[in-house]
Amino acid sequence: MKELLGSLPKKFPIPIVVVQHRGKDSEKLLAQLLQDATDLKVCDIEDKDVLCAGTVHLAPANYHVLIDSAYLSLSVEEPVRFSRPSIDVTFASAGDAYGSAAIGVVLTGANDDGARGLAHIVKRGGRALVQDPKTAEIPIMPKAAIELVPTAEVVPLKKLARRLIELSKEDAKVKAGRRTRV
Amino acid sequence: MAVQVADQPVAEGEPEQQAFKPDLERIEIELLLEGIFRHYGFDFRAYAYASIRRRLWKRIEEEGLGNISALQERVLHEPEMMEKLLLDLSINVTAMFRDPSFYVTFREHVIPLLRTYPFIRIWHAGCSTGEEVYSMAILLREEGLYDRSRIYATDINEVVLQRAKAGIFPLERMQEYTDNYIRAGGKQSFSEYYTAKYGGALFDQSLTKNVVFSQHNLVTDRSFSEFNVILCRNVLIYFDKTLQSKVHGLFYDSLPMFGVLVLGSKETLRFMAHEDCYEQIAPPEKIFRKVK
Repeated sequence: MKELLGSLPKKFPIPIVVVQHRGKDSEKLLAQLLQDATDLKVCDIEDKDVLCAGTVHLAPANYHVLIDSAYLSLSVEEPVRFSRPSIDVTFASAGDAYGSAAIGVVLTGANDDGARGLAHIVKRGGRALVQDPKTAEIPIMPKAAIELVPTAEVVPLKKLARRLIELSKEDAKVKAGRRTRV
Repeated sequence: MAVQVADQPVAEGEPEQQAFKPDLERIEIELLLEGIFRHYGFDFRAYAYASIRRRLWKRIEEEGLGNISALQERVLHEPEMMEKLLLDLSINVTAMFRDPSFYVTFREHVIPLLRTYPFIRIWHAGCSTGEEVYSMAILLREEGLYDRSRIYATDINEVVLQRAKAGIFPLERMQEYTDNYIRAGGKQSFSEYYTAKYGGALFDQSLTKNVVFSQHNLVTDRSFSEFNVILCRNVLIYFDKTLQSKVHGLFYDSLPMFGVLVLGSKETLRFMAHEDCYEQIAPPEKIFRKVK
């Protein structure tokens, strides 16, 4: 994730939402770690934050993040498939809110969270990118996503940023939500 | 003459994508919420859309229904379905001494303030099944303030209030609550506050001696008194910005000067009309004091 975000320009036009499974008490550390690696502005999400270009919105520990058109809402509903934040929940809401303008990106990870949500993004006309499992530290999550969404574009980690920049130019006129996951 | 969309061929293999119309779904959801409000009086019309949408679909899938309109028919004609939906829509996820650092800060920064009052009135808005009410009662008792305190614990949902009154919480969560209690600065042994009974942990009933549980709807009801402290953690996140602002008006009217407002750890007063009327005590905890 550091590598991906570190390769995106400061003025990357698409707001980015990052959903990363993490411990209840890992506040601040992750944001700091990512901020040190990227020119984008990294911030921990607070309820009703407005999605901004050039910004990485980071899901807080222990809350689901839902995308409500221009802003982000938090929820403490039950964990979904043992995860809170749940990537599926955020992806699904991105698909519903942005339709064809949403891009879901699944990166390395140790369970199958994200696959269902990615399928939902595609169902709503959005794009699916998955890190090539061969380039993933833990390939379970990208593998699960590819299995459920065979039409997803499989991209090696090193080329993901470039691909996103290309897509952002294509989609210059539409505001898109994008979620990634380390 | 207009051509009917239905006459057009549907792309093969993608029937669902073709059929989904987000604008139509929004109409259906608005109609359902309007119907619930007019028929039952529960007002979910200004709830955050993505979250309410998700929960409506959960109910639709559980009942094996096809769409929002089908749910509307059931909800309007079957009060039992409304009861189920009411439980779905009011999120009742809570824990004792949730976010322990909040309690530490509350002890350090709010308790000294409360000591200066002869009588302390606390409103716990959206108390759900009561875990955080018992936590506050324990904290006040340990600080020697409980006997001159009264906690008004309210929720929209009568079912969860009954559970809150009973004070029986799942035994299997006691380990987690004990950890929270210790990290929250608890001064006793946590197990002194409950006995294992009826398959759960029955909490010391003297903890609710000064607690009034009552139904109150933040969306439609007015302020009912003035309080030294209002706690409303992780309740407003389910409302849209307009409704949040309205409820903040209600809180503002219910606090005297220097009254304390407590929000959830990821909630903020930013962009609210009353933002400038408060100062944050000891950030990052979301404890605010009314200053004008």
